[in-house]
Amino acid sequence: MAQAVAPRVHVEEHPTSTGLNTRKVLMWAFLASDCMFFGSLIGTYLVYRGRTLISPTPIEIFDIPYTSVSAFALLMSSLAMVLALAAIQRGDIRGLKIWLLTTAGLGLVFVGGQIYEFTTFGHEGLNLSSSIFGSTFFVLTGFHGAHVSLGIAWLLSLFVLAWRGQMSQARSLDVEIAGLYWHFVDIVWIIIFTVVYLIPI
Amino acid sequence: MATVTAPSVPRHGILARPVAPTGVWSWLTTVDAKRIGILYGSTAFVFFLVGGIEALLMRTQLIQPSSTLVGPGAFNALFTMHGTTMIFLVVMPLSAAFFNYIVPLQIGARDVAFPRLNAFSYWVFLAGAILMHLGFFLGTVPDMGWFAYANLTSPAFSPSRGVDFWVVGLQVLGVASMAAGLNFLVTIIQLRAPGMSLMRMPLFTWVTLVTSILIVLAFPVITVALIELMFDRLFGTNFFNAPASGNPILWQHLFWVFAHPEVYILILPAMGIVSEIVPVFSRKPLFGYPFMVYAVVSIAFLSFTVWAHHMFTTGLGPIATSFFTASTMLIAVPTGVKIFNWISTVHGGSLSLKPPALFALGFVAMFTIGGLSGVMHAAPPVDTQQQDTYFIVAHLHYVLFGGSIFGLFGGIYYWLPKVTGRLLHEGLGKLHFWLMFIGFNLTFGPQHFLGVDGMPRRVFTYSPEMGWGFWNLVSTIGAYVLGVATLVFIINAIKTLRSGDRAGDDPRDGRTLEWSTSSPPAHYNFATIPTVHSRDAFWVQKHPDFGAHDLPAGAGATALSAADIPTHGNPGDGHEHDHGAIHLPDPSYWPLAAGLGIFVAGSGILFFLPLLPVGLFVLVVSVYGWSLEPVNG
Repeated sequence: MAQAVAPRVHVEEHPTSTGLNTRKVLMWAFLASDCMFFGSLIGTYLVYRGRTLISPTPIEIFDIPYTSVSAFALLMSSLAMVLALAAIQRGDIRGLKIWLLTTAGLGLVFVGGQIYEFTTFGHEGLNLSSSIFGSTFFVLTGFHGAHVSLGIAWLLSLFVLAWRGQMSQARSLDVEIAGLYWHFVDIVWIIIFTVVYLIPI
Repeated sequence: MATVTAPSVPRHGILARPVAPTGVWSWLTTVDAKRIGILYGSTAFVFFLVGGIEALLMRTQLIQPSSTLVGPGAFNALFTMHGTTMIFLVVMPLSAAFFNYIVPLQIGARDVAFPRLNAFSYWVFLAGAILMHLGFFLGTVPDMGWFAYANLTSPAFSPSRGVDFWVVGLQVLGVASMAAGLNFLVTIIQLRAPGMSLMRMPLFTWVTLVTSILIVLAFPVITVALIELMFDRLFGTNFFNAPASGNPILWQHLFWVFAHPEVYILILPAMGIVSEIVPVFSRKPLFGYPFMVYAVVSIAFLSFTVWAHHMFTTGLGPIATSFFTASTMLIAVPTGVKIFNWISTVHGGSLSLKPPALFALGFVAMFTIGGLSGVMHAAPPVDTQQQDTYFIVAHLHYVLFGGSIFGLFGGIYYWLPKVTGRLLHEGLGKLHFWLMFIGFNLTFGPQHFLGVDGMPRRVFTYSPEMGWGFWNLVSTIGAYVLGVATLVFIINAIKTLRSGDRAGDDPRDGRTLEWSTSSPPAHYNFATIPTVHSRDAFWVQKHPDFGAHDLPAGAGATALSAADIPTHGNPGDGHEHDHGAIHLPDPSYWPLAAGLGIFVAGSGILFFLPLLPVGLFVLVVSVYGWSLEPVNG
């Protein structure tokens, strides 16, 4: 691969009032708003939890061991994300590429598992309009899945940049910010998995 | 893969950045907060006229009993669109106009933290506004009231597409507000001039910060509510569908968890403007500055705890009712603190009753009435009596019109000289104020009586034997006086732009940094970033002998006269001080393209589903083009 010059020869690093990086503050503020977003969706789920008598009910349909495996994959992706950031911070672009790909791959395992789960549930008669459980379940987990998918696209974009030789130690912040988002989405899944799957009705 | 050599201009963007300094493309691709502020302000004013005409039509219908000018269906559409327009397309963007134009100047910054995101906010706002109004051309105007209570919005009760236009339009407007809220939050946290600690920030900057926090935390909730409503209507989910175990009351909770903070999103900017005008025109520092700041912050915090006072009649149970009664009474305390601080600022000052001061004092008086009629509703028995009557209409207009709109007009009279370099005509300004003040009280004062007399809101007519004819007549006459007042303002604005007196840089003997720039300011705002040593930074710099005890001699903000600066901020103009050369991002096509993508995607949901992926594709391409384009070049 040709040694191309990094596209942003100078990353804009103006002194800021707090000393923090401005894009990082933006990501934290966005995550605060996303807390409210998922808070409202989870709140909706909780309000309607256990209200459904129409089959299939949660207890009939959930395959907790199966979903635990994909949840484990997502949790492990956070570890890979940490390693990807550590790699670029010490200038190890090869490590960055490996761990970015691992993170995205584990994310894909999770999303693939979700697609399979949704399909199975569909065959068993659960869909958006079949019951209030179907409505709340698919909308909550679906929007989480959309967040994960967006994260995968972001990680793969960073991977392509790294592969084309456009990532360097100076751009570790780009990876760090994507990592903040990724870890957040991961933590949200821990809450959703607990609320939706694990706590018995 | 092209190998770029270091000294050449990197061209990684799909499109080169646009360069035209004037003309239509310069406006379409601008990332200058001041220009975006002007775009926001002009668009908001157009919608102010639209919403005002809707109000006049309603008042004309209600001028006498059993009138048949406007049918019941059209009346429903009018009050729905009037409310939605005035809130989301007038007060919010007008506030955003001031955020954009004034806040970077007040904090001594050259632009906002994310200039392209800022342009994106405006274009998405415009897309949402247009999407919401498309129903007018198809005869499917939203007609379920601006708070769109479930079941009214279910396919069974609203079979027309009107609700969909509202849902999609509001969702898109939410994206715009979120982007703007995040941007100003980060801008104020990050880009303050050296020395401008939080407690030295002008009050208007403070309210912008707090309003942005409210936007960032409240809008996701309405986003979720709208998603659920949209899924109910389009994909057959059951969120608000009672026969399938859905609960229509959930909509009210989600809506008001958003909409009560939203009320403060609407009023706080006006409060900030008044807190700027009152000290300048009283020639005194703001009384109790720290308490004003704490009051703003407590109002913001408490605004998330009072939502269910909109829902007392749904039967919340005694514990919830008591809680929301207490929190609603509590939020009146910081509001009262602010009112007393404004009054104390005027007290003992040398007040000059120029138009901005008139509007600011009008705000204080009218908002006090609106606040008092509001806190009455903290008591559930009173609330139950007045729910859905004209008393509520009177109350909400005293806070949103007597409050927000008076404050925002005060801001226009105060800051327009900075924007245009010309002073608005003072006589016409005073005429505007008094017509508006009298017209406003004629319109909404009598509605208190009508409400207590039992007249329900949102009825298209009433029968003569109810005895509501007289006060309705008075109210309608008042509305027409308001219309005349607005015409006076338009004449004043046109006259000013054509031949207004030159304002000079600092016509009001201002206290804050925006008055230290030329009028209008250079596109880079400050040639040298000022250093701030105290509150009221510019005043202290001008009058070092007044109240500048913490100011070292001769240490006022330096190099503030932008008049002798070259008109184009080329890097390396000799201004390479601590903060580097003037370095502003170039205009960009991508914010407009991304906004267009969202518009097409939104139309896809409304008209023709295959357009949805097309719009999303344009959006994705724009996001990549945006992230990969170089900052300059």
